[in-house]
Amino acid sequence: MDLHSLDYGPIWLTLQLATVTMMILLIIGTPIAWWLANTCSKIRVGIEAVVALPLVLPPTVLGFYLLIMLGPNGWIGGPVQTLTGSPLSFTFTGLVFASTLYSLPFVVQPLQSNFESIGRAPIETASSLGASRWDAFFSVILPLSRRGYLTATVLGFAHTLGEFGVVLMVGGNIPGKTKVISIEIYDRVEVMEYAQAHLLSAVLLLFSFLVLVMVYSINKKLPVNVS
Amino acid sequence: MTTFIKANFKVSYPNFNFDVDLQLPASGITVVFGPSGSGKTTLLRCLAGFEKSGRLEIAGEIWQDKNKFLPPNERAIGMVFQESRLFPHLKVRENLLYGYKRTPAESRKLHLDGVARVLALENLLNRGIEKLSGGEKQRVALGRALLTTPKLLLMDEPLAALDTQRKVEIIPFIRKIEQELSIPIIYVTHSMSEVLQLVDTMVILKGGKVMKSGPVEKVFSDIHLRDAIGDEHSGAILDTTVLEHDKEFGITRLDFMGQELSVPLQSIEPGKGLRVHIHSKDVSLATQPPEGLTSVLNILRTNVKKIGKNVGYSVDIELDAGRPLLATITRKSLSNLNLQPGQSIYALIKAIRMVHENANL
Repeated sequence: MDLHSLDYGPIWLTLQLATVTMMILLIIGTPIAWWLANTCSKIRVGIEAVVALPLVLPPTVLGFYLLIMLGPNGWIGGPVQTLTGSPLSFTFTGLVFASTLYSLPFVVQPLQSNFESIGRAPIETASSLGASRWDAFFSVILPLSRRGYLTATVLGFAHTLGEFGVVLMVGGNIPGKTKVISIEIYDRVEVMEYAQAHLLSAVLLLFSFLVLVMVYSINKKLPVNVS
Repeated sequence: MTTFIKANFKVSYPNFNFDVDLQLPASGITVVFGPSGSGKTTLLRCLAGFEKSGRLEIAGEIWQDKNKFLPPNERAIGMVFQESRLFPHLKVRENLLYGYKRTPAESRKLHLDGVARVLALENLLNRGIEKLSGGEKQRVALGRALLTTPKLLLMDEPLAALDTQRKVEIIPFIRKIEQELSIPIIYVTHSMSEVLQLVDTMVILKGGKVMKSGPVEKVFSDIHLRDAIGDEHSGAILDTTVLEHDKEFGITRLDFMGQELSVPLQSIEPGKGLRVHIHSKDVSLATQPPEGLTSVLNILRTNVKKIGKNVGYSVDIELDAGRPLLATITRKSLSNLNLQPGQSIYALIKAIRMVHENANL
């Protein structure tokens, strides 16, 4: 195997995609998870089901709907095209959008169970001490949620790294724009370049393994937060 | 008694309706007593602003009614919970200062040094929470609440999770807070021993309703409260003053409104207050003072005030000994003695079960 012949483009693009997706997921996943953990609303089960859909749907189904939605005639892609001149399908932005939806449950679910296990007590205690809701969240809930966020980040990141179906449907296979590792591997196998496919697969395997080892060892060292 | 809190709360849960109307004094310790599920914690949650319902007025200021709701973080209330609820990611000092930092500088009247001294926390400040004992945790939680300079301190069974030794360690601090910092305290408990040591005003809850509230000696010996207080506690609370110690016989003599009581030897200086609990089952009645010798040391002259309803083959009699006193006698004895309200009678007290120093007297 020859490292020099390796095309780093897809690797780089994959890392970019996973990082951007993860940042968006943490920002939108936190309020969704918080709401799900605390609400008594009747629509809660509905929202929970929607969030969990990507877990059970074949990626091609999700990808297909997204392709239509993000395309030039879709209800997201259309307005975007009138604004910017091009639709979202087959773009990096489109990929980020798709990945965010696809990995949503992997971030929301660990955060939700984390918030549920923390319970109402710390936030009520903080508010009895004069902290507003936001203040209490940032000064108490967030520091108590380190384990939850670590798990959510790793699961979300790793899941985005490995996605294939959705990306292929929404992003196609455009080098430098939408061609990520998993698709590159598929391409190499298609044209019988097994050496390259091996190399890329090994990189992904090793990377995933190392990340998980890291997470579990950090997780072991973090205190379990019981007051 | 200056009315400090006027509260009127209505909260409905599935299977439980909480509906109370209370007026509480501006000073001292108000103990909220009642069996589990009686709504004690709900009352505190309403006062703290965790339940939106009803009306609350504190020292003339409306905190919540139909048009207004002051959120918990804007209420000058300190709260101490059964489990200390310290923030595990913060050290003792940071825990103590959490509320202090969030209190407007002009409202801060209590400061870290003073509170740490009163609660003996000076040596714990740099410790992590996990290194504290249960008693230390509760003292830190108490200090944390105090450092917000609350107008009212709410305590929800703060000693329930501690062993007897730790309880003994904390109770004086609670008294001290009330006396030295003059912060009125509302204290929820189902422990009679805590009631006796702390209470000035008592509120008895049952099934989400107030059964009775008022000064402890009046509330406690109400003959209609047996169900709420429980058979084992039914009786009277008397505040006495220590007269002298008789070391030879191991007895401490007490003055109770001009009459005398004897209890096992106490380590309290003469002149100090002592609160005693006399179970109604330990009180027998006699129409005349026993002639000749009797092994009963404590005999009080009283009048029959009220005759209660039959409880099985027994009946509660409320006596007036200057303060209310309860006796449980058999229906047979009642008919033998032919008791009538107003009749004078001697109460023979076979045992004085619980004895507690009361620094208030």
